Amino acid sequence: MSVVGQVFGNPELYASTLAMATPLALPALGGTFSERTGVVNIAMEGNMLVGAFFGVMIAAATHSSWLGLLAGALAGGILSLSLAWAAIRLQADQVVVGMAVNLFAAGITAFLFNTIYGPNGTPPNTPFLPTVTIPGLYQIPFIGPILGQQNVLVYIMLLLVVVSHYVLFHTTLGLRMRAVGEHPEASDTVGINVARLRYLGVFLGGLLAGLGGVFLSIGLLNSFDVGMTDGRGYIALAAMIFGKWTPLGSLGAALLFGFATALSFALQGIGISSNLVAMLPYALTIIALTGLIGRSRPPAADGIPYAPTK
Amino acid sequence: MTQRLRGVLMPLYAVVTGLILGAVIMAVARYNPWSAYVALFSGAFGNLSAIGTTITYAVPLVLTGLGIALAFRAGLFNIGAEGQYWMGAIVAVWIGYHFAAWPWYIHIPVAALAAMLAGALWGGVIPGLTKAFVGAHEVITTMMLSYIAIFFGHYLLEQGPMMAPGFIPQSPAVTASATIPYAPWLPTLTGGFWITLVVIALTHILLFHTTLGYKLRAVGANAAAARYGGMNVAWFTVLSLGLSGALAGLAGALQMLGVEGQLSDTFSSGYGYTAIVVALLARNNPIGILFSGIFFAALSAGSQSMQIDSGVSPYMTDVITGIIVFFVAADRLYTYVRVRRARPTGAVGEVRA
Amino acid sequence: MSTLEIRHLRKAFPGVIANDDVNLLVQSGETHAILGENGAGKSTLIKMISGLYQPDQGEILIDGEARRFDTPRDAIHVGIGVVHQHFMLIPALTVAENVVLGSELSKGRFQRSKTEAAVAEISRSFGLPLDPSARVRDLSVGMQQRIEIVKALYRKVRILILDEPTAVLTPQETRELFVVMRQLKAEGIPIVFISHKLEEVREIADTVTVMRLGKTVQTHPVAGTTSAQLANWMVGRDVVFSDHPPASTGIGDTLLEVDRLTVLDERKVQAVRALTFAVRAGEIYGVAGIDGNGQTELVEAIAGLRPVQSGVIRFQGRSLAKVGVRGRLRAGISYVPQDRQRDGLVLTFTLTENLMLRDLSRPFSRGGFLTRKAARQRAQELLTEFDVRPDNPSALAGSLSGGNQQKVILAREVASRPKLLIAVQPTRGLDVGAIEGIHRQLLRLRDEGNAVLLVSLELEEILALADRIAVMHAGQIITELPRDQADIETIGLAMTGERRAAVTSEEGST
Repeated sequence: MSVVGQVFGNPELYASTLAMATPLALPALGGTFSERTGVVNIAMEGNMLVGAFFGVMIAAATHSSWLGLLAGALAGGILSLSLAWAAIRLQADQVVVGMAVNLFAAGITAFLFNTIYGPNGTPPNTPFLPTVTIPGLYQIPFIGPILGQQNVLVYIMLLLVVVSHYVLFHTTLGLRMRAVGEHPEASDTVGINVARLRYLGVFLGGLLAGLGGVFLSIGLLNSFDVGMTDGRGYIALAAMIFGKWTPLGSLGAALLFGFATALSFALQGIGISSNLVAMLPYALTIIALTGLIGRSRPPAADGIPYAPTK
Repeated sequence: MTQRLRGVLMPLYAVVTGLILGAVIMAVARYNPWSAYVALFSGAFGNLSAIGTTITYAVPLVLTGLGIALAFRAGLFNIGAEGQYWMGAIVAVWIGYHFAAWPWYIHIPVAALAAMLAGALWGGVIPGLTKAFVGAHEVITTMMLSYIAIFFGHYLLEQGPMMAPGFIPQSPAVTASATIPYAPWLPTLTGGFWITLVVIALTHILLFHTTLGYKLRAVGANAAAARYGGMNVAWFTVLSLGLSGALAGLAGALQMLGVEGQLSDTFSSGYGYTAIVVALLARNNPIGILFSGIFFAALSAGSQSMQIDSGVSPYMTDVITGIIVFFVAADRLYTYVRVRRARPTGAVGEVRA
Repeated sequence: MSTLEIRHLRKAFPGVIANDDVNLLVQSGETHAILGENGAGKSTLIKMISGLYQPDQGEILIDGEARRFDTPRDAIHVGIGVVHQHFMLIPALTVAENVVLGSELSKGRFQRSKTEAAVAEISRSFGLPLDPSARVRDLSVGMQQRIEIVKALYRKVRILILDEPTAVLTPQETRELFVVMRQLKAEGIPIVFISHKLEEVREIADTVTVMRLGKTVQTHPVAGTTSAQLANWMVGRDVVFSDHPPASTGIGDTLLEVDRLTVLDERKVQAVRALTFAVRAGEIYGVAGIDGNGQTELVEAIAGLRPVQSGVIRFQGRSLAKVGVRGRLRAGISYVPQDRQRDGLVLTFTLTENLMLRDLSRPFSRGGFLTRKAARQRAQELLTEFDVRPDNPSALAGSLSGGNQQKVILAREVASRPKLLIAVQPTRGLDVGAIEGIHRQLLRLRDEGNAVLLVSLELEEILALADRIAVMHAGQIITELPRDQADIETIGLAMTGERRAAVTSEEGST
């Protein structure tokens, strides 16, 4: 079998793609909710980090990975409320506040990690989120090893993508969220509470990004490390843009970027630099923004504070 | 006059808020905040050698911060200075070790100028043109390009064409002819500091004493009015992002030629992001940037002795930095508390003005 | 069958009393026009009725019952439907989504097909055909307005308010709108029709209430009024045609020639269509017209801010095709833009900095460097000469009142010693004193032998200043008259585009 065949014919590559896409798809989904309501959210990185940290911390303390999951997601959601408050109530510059949230999250998780766990790190007996095997599916050749056996959060992610798509595009709530992100003033004149929906969008964004962090800390591993998100929040931002601010598009982009990551691991074996492959998501995003492959356009009021005149 | 006072007071409020909230967090974690801050301060400014180190830390922050401020003044957010900094370092170090036969007075300027050009291309030409002609937002493009630059740097060093013989992912060291010496009377103070002072002065003059700087500020303050005034907004977009990238590139060059001497894959941990903070805190004033750059350099320079003396994790300074930036951006809060009524205009321009 | 009554409504903003003692009674089943100039307080009134603003004093009564609207939702709830002048539609959403937004059929699932059927049903029953699944961004302005009306009908509107609905419509679309309005009236829905166009009011309304300077000054059945009477109420009886400044004495050579000029707007639609006219030295050439008939695009093309699609602009016989904004300024064309805060000034800059916005040459700079002291001195002179208050060159432009901001712009544009000054709405929103000062400046320029191209939506301003008057409609000049042959009715009618056939003008080759 040729080298190419060895790399691309191996179902492991695709299973790994799905796993690598999960911590990108979840925050990208979160960013989609936030930006669809009109709040630019570059704080996904920070939300992920607190999600990862508190996920481990609560999982270790309660010996329940599920409580860890819940805590991690909530931590992301709560942290994102600071962004929401500054963006909505104080009409602050959303990019700057997002950056502040990222700095704060990087600092506070590292500080707490050092302070609580010291040099030994998180306890080695911290529980994982379980890996699930789907009986019938797993037996199918090639497809089985890809889709039939994954971490439970991978399946949750896929479910959340579908649910998010449904909520955003097939419910009244989703219609209103999109309306607020496109034209807050028009939404206001028909009696929609702009601020409330924006808070909701940013909070959901934080929850989902926190869940992405949880996947890193107690899904793939069972430990926390300083700065362990390693820029995934920013790749997720790229995935959201590349996916044209839609859940399905975000998943598609996350899969593409996840594939690039999985491929870079596989290619390392045959001497191709993983660093070159890692550039791909960013380069693709720039190309998407310049309109070479279907122009990607943000919601019309994305990033613009809404100040109702009284 | 009140405007100027506000320009100084608001960042001060944010700093004080950051320090107070940092103290609260430390107190909750059962540390003594007072002794931690004392250790932090003496670590950064306790003796001449420490001051030299702090200023050396500040050099790349100030230079990159100046660049970011130039872009802000033109109404643009260069969030990808980190990558431009990398590009400058890569080019400077390559020229620095490659042309050993050159005399220093050619070697250093050529390396520095080439680094500036690289930073300008990376920060200005690509994002500037895509912004001006297809409307791609510079926050996203500069951020994405920044990652590409960083991965490019890692590629060069990790088994790549710029890796020095051996197993450590680092470049060869620059030759003596390309090395900017430390101050003979203070061996912790990089010679790049003097260049930085000159650049501060030049930036100040450019912004406030030339017609070019005037136009750049006009474009940033009101693009429609600038157009009406006959200015080519697209050109100023490219120009200001280019200058911004050039200064980040220069920062990378000085770090290579004057401090580190070789590029390793642990180079820069977020200087490009801290520099944004530096510019914001100084409200994009070149002279203010010197002080805010030193302030943030002191936070990181002092964090080690804070850990040694009082046991507080050095990451505490990142927490404080995050809080300060948050309150710089949310400066309306302070007005709000006083007047109990929000002003009618958006805050975006204000942070950047 | 509903009624709307307004009693002694008052609303003040810092520095302005927008509405004061506003009274209105809209009977069931009538079309009631509110007529007033720009700035008379109509928009503020609408915003209070629709719950966007809260009145400082006074009452709003629906069917005799006093109501308080804290939010737009409250107003919608009692059946007030407003079609805003700037449509409140979301271009990225479909027609049906826009119609039901905020009052959807159900809370959970968005019932798309049911919603679309409901919208189609309403639009059909009122004779307003719409495609419910079309995206709003793909529809014409007239269609968008129709969506706004359907939006109100869907919400079971009891009183429909149309805010300057014809300002953005073509004459055909206006006629269609009037058909719809008559039908709604037949259904018994009272309509409040806000306008500053006399003819339309006379055509469609039963009763008219005139507003002036924030107050309601007259309510009268339309049947017994004449256009002249309405005009007089609108502007205040003694202003029109009185106090005429001396006409121009020395008309000189032709300075500006516009020859078959065609210019596109943002939507790539021809906003100026093969338009031809000329302005001579020593005259004020006034361009009247309803907003949105291509005036902005025409002026921007002359100033060099907007590309020309076809045709030629010549200044002193030289084509300006290859001359940029600054080049035109240097050639002697000054420009006072319509929106002084958006285009004319940098509000965060000092007055000195604003005075050099368009021309950085001496004394403001030398060899690329700003000359601060000389610039400040020059700024001081200009501020004193043009009576700007405060006359402090270091004051920020944003801290000045509207009138003083306009004086700064005028000072800058006049200081460059223009041969042609283009002024668009130069006195919009200013008080009487400031208006007089600015008018004096324009007249002085003319009397010194220069040309002024004055574009204004205020007919009175044109009539008071211009030596020749052109009326723009749908991107063309359809009437051009010397002042002594112009009167408010002729011009006013021409603004609606109706006198076209009867006019013998320099329309020329179109």
